[in-house]
Amino acid sequence: MLNYIKLIALGLITLFAMIAASYARDLAYQVHAIIIMAVSAGLFLWTLRNTDEPVPAATLETSYMDGVIRYGVIATAFWAVVGFLAGTFIAFQLAFPGLNFDWAQGYANFGRLRPLHTSAVIFAFGGNALIATSFYVVQRTSAARLWGGNLGWFVFWGYNLFIVLAATGYLLGSTQSKEYAEPEWYVDIWLTIVWVAYLAVFLGTIIKRKEPHIYVANWFFLSFIVTVAMLHLFNNLSIPVSIWGSKSVQVFAGVQDAMVQWWYGHNAVGFFLTAGFLGMMYYFVPKQAERPVFSYKLSIIHFWALIFLYIWAGPHHLHYTALPDWASTLGMVFSIVLWMPSWGGMINGLMTLSGAWDKLRTDPVIRMMVISLGFYGMSTFEGPMMSIRAVNSLSHYTDWTIGHVHSGALGWNGMITFGALYFLVPKLWNRERLYSLSMVSWHFWLATIGIILYAASMWVTGIMEGLMWREVDANGFLVNAFADTVAAKFPMYVVRGLGGVLYIAGAVIMCYNLFMTVKRSPAVEASNSVVPAE
Amino acid sequence: METYTFLRAFADSWMLLFLFVFFIGVVIWVLRPGSTKTYEEPSSIPFRHEDKPAPRGEADAKEA
Repeated sequence: MLNYIKLIALGLITLFAMIAASYARDLAYQVHAIIIMAVSAGLFLWTLRNTDEPVPAATLETSYMDGVIRYGVIATAFWAVVGFLAGTFIAFQLAFPGLNFDWAQGYANFGRLRPLHTSAVIFAFGGNALIATSFYVVQRTSAARLWGGNLGWFVFWGYNLFIVLAATGYLLGSTQSKEYAEPEWYVDIWLTIVWVAYLAVFLGTIIKRKEPHIYVANWFFLSFIVTVAMLHLFNNLSIPVSIWGSKSVQVFAGVQDAMVQWWYGHNAVGFFLTAGFLGMMYYFVPKQAERPVFSYKLSIIHFWALIFLYIWAGPHHLHYTALPDWASTLGMVFSIVLWMPSWGGMINGLMTLSGAWDKLRTDPVIRMMVISLGFYGMSTFEGPMMSIRAVNSLSHYTDWTIGHVHSGALGWNGMITFGALYFLVPKLWNRERLYSLSMVSWHFWLATIGIILYAASMWVTGIMEGLMWREVDANGFLVNAFADTVAAKFPMYVVRGLGGVLYIAGAVIMCYNLFMTVKRSPAVEASNSVVPAE
Repeated sequence: METYTFLRAFADSWMLLFLFVFFIGVVIWVLRPGSTKTYEEPSSIPFRHEDKPAPRGEADAKEA
């Protein structure tokens, strides 16, 4: 019966997408309509072939749902390489403008590729990592199978469809020009649907948990899912100009719009890239160190302090703008107070290794997790400092900001995700161990040196740029033209690009290592094997 | 403007007080006497049920 309803719905969507493709007012919308048409037509055929077929036996409540997590791990590794490649390429575009090829003008120039890079690394790489690890962690710590049956699959494929729509949209010029929230209205609506399903799956699993206590990692994951839903809804309140076109108009205007955007933008960092990844940290670090978290009490205080403070920090992106002073002071004060929970969390993670520090020598995976916590501490020190108005007057609009974001994203988010992937792949594919630990070491050092090159060159160029912009002569005239700062930055831009090359080289080694782990590593002995086939 | 003025006044008085008291309450609750022992059990959750969900009977026994 359900299949018939699905068939009707998919048929209608396909029909609507066909009409949309022919009435389309712009190229991006037309391409998206064709993609949606193809996907729903494909799903229609697939559903049709499975209709009235015998249904396999009832869901296995005696095993975890790991199939979708395996797909999530593969997607994470794939999007990592795509996102890093885009980032490295645009880094070289800045150093060598000739790479903005004439034949690709309007599609592959820096302005089009930059949002593709940011969304590919944050939402495609980070988002798939979060979905996969949250599904893994919530099942293990609730001692219950994922709730909702195939809804987990819907979340995975739906989210990746969102990424494809967003990425193609950027290249074709469909954007609402809000940082980290570029996708246009219909893509936003689709993400909302997927996200509600994600919340349902996650919450459903927690509700049917067999453990009486909700483990702290799940608190972080849940706050990430709920807050991102709220942020996404408010920052994407817009009215489409036409139902047959991708352009929409924001409901908020002026400084209100700017404030909502940076309330969203900073909490995308605070809840997507911090709370969610802390959820990973609170599971994978104890697992890899084989000892419980240093202080469970501290982890609870960490959680509440983090979510109570982060939500107010957004206005520090709008110092010296039309935003009232009291609002930007509020953002600055809360950013500085955030030092404490951030460092509390870092110390909690690091001290989990107390008594097992020797593992750092033998286990490159735990080394990766420890350096990610180190970068977490470093960037959460740097961030509050940069939010201070006086510092911000120097750092804002310069490359220092870019360096800060990347020490957090490459160092903290990247490294903890690599650690989680190295932990997950042998477990999910039932392998005894990783294919090669020395390759993990290579990855570790390539990535670390890459980040250092990146962050150091951006500090130098950012501070230099800020100082050049504010330099005045004896008569009060500006000394440097903007183009002078661009010329002065060239060597640092090349170093930054090389840092990116090292980082992506590490990621490619990881992909090869993980692939060989699945292909070549010995399987876990049958007597130990308690994971039944899906 | 009425709604704005009301919400603004409410936000920086009662709501602020509520959030602050709630937060302090959480900290005091976490540090309550005997909590170290209580939290020993949840902190070892990742080391149970690694490979398969808890069997049916187990949950009832625990929740009792």
